[in-house]
Amino acid sequence: MSRTLFTFNGGVHPDGHKTESNGTPIRAMPLLSRYVVPMRQHIGAPARPVVAVGDAVLRGQTLGAAEGYVSTAVHAPTSGRVIAIEPCAAPHPSGLFDLAVVIEADGLDQSIAFEPLDWRALDPSALRNRIREMGLAGLGGAVFPSYIKLNPGAQKIHTLILNGAECEPWITCDDRLMRERAPELVRGIEIMRHALGSATILIGIEDNKPEALAAMRAAAPSDMEVVAIPTLYPGGGGKQLTYTLTGVETPTGGRSTDVGIQVFNVGTAYSLYRAVELGEPLISRIVTITGHVSNPGNFEVRVGTPLSDLVTAAGGMLPGASGEIVGGPMMGFDLMDSAAPVTKAVNCLIIKNSKLFPGKPIELPCIRCGACAKACPADLQPFEMYWYSRAKNFGRAQSYNLFDCIECGCCAYVCPSHIPLVDYFRFAKSEIWEREREKSGADQARIRHDFKTFRLEREKREKAEKFAKAAEKTKAAASNPSEASAAVDPDAEKKKAILQAALERAQKAKESVAPRNTEDLPPRVQREIDEIEARRAAVETKTESTE
Amino acid sequence: MENYLLILIGTVFVNNIVMSKILGLCPFMGVSRKLETAIGMGAATTFVLTLASGASYLVDTYLLGQELAYLRTLSFIVVIAGIVGFTEMFIKKTSPVLFRVLGIYLPLITTNCAVLGIPLLNVQEQHNFLESLFYGLGGALGFSLVLVLFAAMRERLEAADVPKPFQGVSIAMITAGLMSLAFMGFAGLIR
Amino acid sequence: MFSAILVMAAIGLVLGGILGWASIKYRVEDDPLVEKVDAILPQTQCGQCGFPGCKPYAEAIAKGEADINLCPPGGDDGVKRLAELLGVEAKPLGEGMEPKPKSVAVIDENTCIGCTLCIQACPVDAIVGAAKQMHVIVASQCTGCELCLPPCPVDCISMQVIKEDVVNWKWRYPIHMMKRVA
Repeated sequence: MSRTLFTFNGGVHPDGHKTESNGTPIRAMPLLSRYVVPMRQHIGAPARPVVAVGDAVLRGQTLGAAEGYVSTAVHAPTSGRVIAIEPCAAPHPSGLFDLAVVIEADGLDQSIAFEPLDWRALDPSALRNRIREMGLAGLGGAVFPSYIKLNPGAQKIHTLILNGAECEPWITCDDRLMRERAPELVRGIEIMRHALGSATILIGIEDNKPEALAAMRAAAPSDMEVVAIPTLYPGGGGKQLTYTLTGVETPTGGRSTDVGIQVFNVGTAYSLYRAVELGEPLISRIVTITGHVSNPGNFEVRVGTPLSDLVTAAGGMLPGASGEIVGGPMMGFDLMDSAAPVTKAVNCLIIKNSKLFPGKPIELPCIRCGACAKACPADLQPFEMYWYSRAKNFGRAQSYNLFDCIECGCCAYVCPSHIPLVDYFRFAKSEIWEREREKSGADQARIRHDFKTFRLEREKREKAEKFAKAAEKTKAAASNPSEASAAVDPDAEKKKAILQAALERAQKAKESVAPRNTEDLPPRVQREIDEIEARRAAVETKTESTE
Repeated sequence: MENYLLILIGTVFVNNIVMSKILGLCPFMGVSRKLETAIGMGAATTFVLTLASGASYLVDTYLLGQELAYLRTLSFIVVIAGIVGFTEMFIKKTSPVLFRVLGIYLPLITTNCAVLGIPLLNVQEQHNFLESLFYGLGGALGFSLVLVLFAAMRERLEAADVPKPFQGVSIAMITAGLMSLAFMGFAGLIR
Repeated sequence: MFSAILVMAAIGLVLGGILGWASIKYRVEDDPLVEKVDAILPQTQCGQCGFPGCKPYAEAIAKGEADINLCPPGGDDGVKRLAELLGVEAKPLGEGMEPKPKSVAVIDENTCIGCTLCIQACPVDAIVGAAKQMHVIVASQCTGCELCLPPCPVDCISMQVIKEDVVNWKWRYPIHMMKRVA
């Protein structure tokens, strides 16, 4: 292999912790009695539920249909009955609930008839529609709907990169997948090549996975290149991997497709094979469970499996466990509720203990040492972004290209002051997004308000014009008196009558208004009221007479 | 030629109008809150000051002479006011935001002691026309330099954890003092 | 004496001439600042500032007739950005002008009599309905201005605070655990 590799700036070498979980083959999860399938498992609009509570569903049946362009479908992980469609715990850093379809499994695990697809004979566009229905989304963690990524659009995708770097510590699901299922994975890559029409195919794998490299090299045909890349976090970041393999930098605010390169996770390629060649929608994925658990390893987990059941399948937590991380230790987040299910985005669950993951050290002031800038793989200046994010000066933070930050955590990893820089960046980013949302809302409100003002003006004008026309008519009629009286009189009479009637009604209504609760009063109270009324009448006549 | 270069370096660094002559402090403290404003103010002052130095030299030499020397200050003020009025209209047309941002400071250039001080210093030092122009340009560049530097520092300070008693103008004053000390380092650069 | 008057008059004349020429050459028709101020305002059109909408308030600010801290929906953040644009000191919101949590109006379907009064009051046409028909508020267009509340004769409109969900959830400001250095 004589490919010249490029080295991106920065990056860190955290402890790999791969051996804890990569020694054992991928295990299957036992069938559970209950699955929680969130409708929002991908970037974009959540899927729209197409089943109702009480419906019987089969494995692979569509639970939610794609809604809008950036969306994809969601399927039933097993056969059973829909018992609820309601907000449930979700694997999200907020711990907030999100809409999910809850399925009570019947234990039979019957599936719909899977229809394999002859993709070679199929037009790429029809293939993409099929992939959209199959619920394919990037399994590397970003979960961007795959059918969109498989659309080359106007830009020709000359290079297709398969991301098997798996640079985050602890995670080994892609490693095991490549070791055990390389031939199927390669067939998935061929489908991708068919859809994109790319000439070059590069499979990047970090050199700390020699078995995976060997397996992929054995499986890959001669026109796919399996490249060993140096182990350096975050070498598996899309932009970083692209640079390492091709030396092409992704422009600011752009995607790798802008330079004719598309990057897919190897897990996506495998699921694509299953979806297209076997006809099975994306209802399971490989998840690593590792850390402070009795039996760490990789499981083939159905989407919708509660994480607590995954922990049970791995032998349960060891005593002294202090929490769970979804994803890797660098970019993952603390799990709030272990009832949250595995989604298409969940690639790893790490059980923490105080030895492996000591609590956050106390944050010290920034000493402007610049270590973060040296470590930043995106060539940013984290200390400047931090300075302004902390002061909530978001415009300034953005001017330091905050949105090119990939939140890899290298800066926070090297910071001698233990500043949680990424937390500040995420905070600043979500504040800016909120502002953008408000701004677009305000723009819409402005347009609507302007139109309303315009509409009122127009109505007024039209009324005035009508009035003027009518006046002209009466004027014209006035020159012919007999016609005028005939024309005007009945109308005016009628109006007058209506007005009179209305006035009378109002008068009557006024008179009939009387204090309530005055019927059936005891005689004593009635007498009192009479006396008061009499006094009031006397006073009134008096004042009238003085006037 | 060397003479003009020396005038420039001397006025920008060594005898900086703000840092060592302590003139023009009003806009220095007032318009240094934002970098963009400071750059705008610096540019406007440079424009005014260079023109004013040349114009007042001409007025002093050809109109006033020795016998009307007592009219010097008065006529300089009038000339400066005229140039400022012109600049004001010019900026209002070309950059309304800068106009708004400069706010009262733009007319205040009229009473900026640096702007009046430099033409008077020109007379005192008996500069010729070109020397006057360079002296004015150099003084203005020096003013703009410290204004921009100071604004950059204040902008960073805005995001810093300043202890309560020092917040706002007091930390700005301290910064200005430190900056002045730093500029003393240039003393002795020329002669 | 005479020469002094002559000299001053000459200076005055020349400068006056230049200024007169400049005022014609550099005439400014209207103030583009209004648009910039209007872009910062939240466009709720609620009138809490005392002006009949966001645009009039923006015009008043641009003219310097109104203070920048009269817009509660914009919050302190809005005041800060106005201050930044105008190059003035930011200040807290005016008396009794605390920003409320973002909400949308909701019509109680059981009590609505279909009088169309709220439709006329809504500044952004976010209420759909016709006479004697039940009205509905388009939640995504509602700015939460509360202008539809007073005209309703049966008080069937209420404000509902927008709940936080996975989409509009924001990362919190990191908790500051700075070590005190003596």
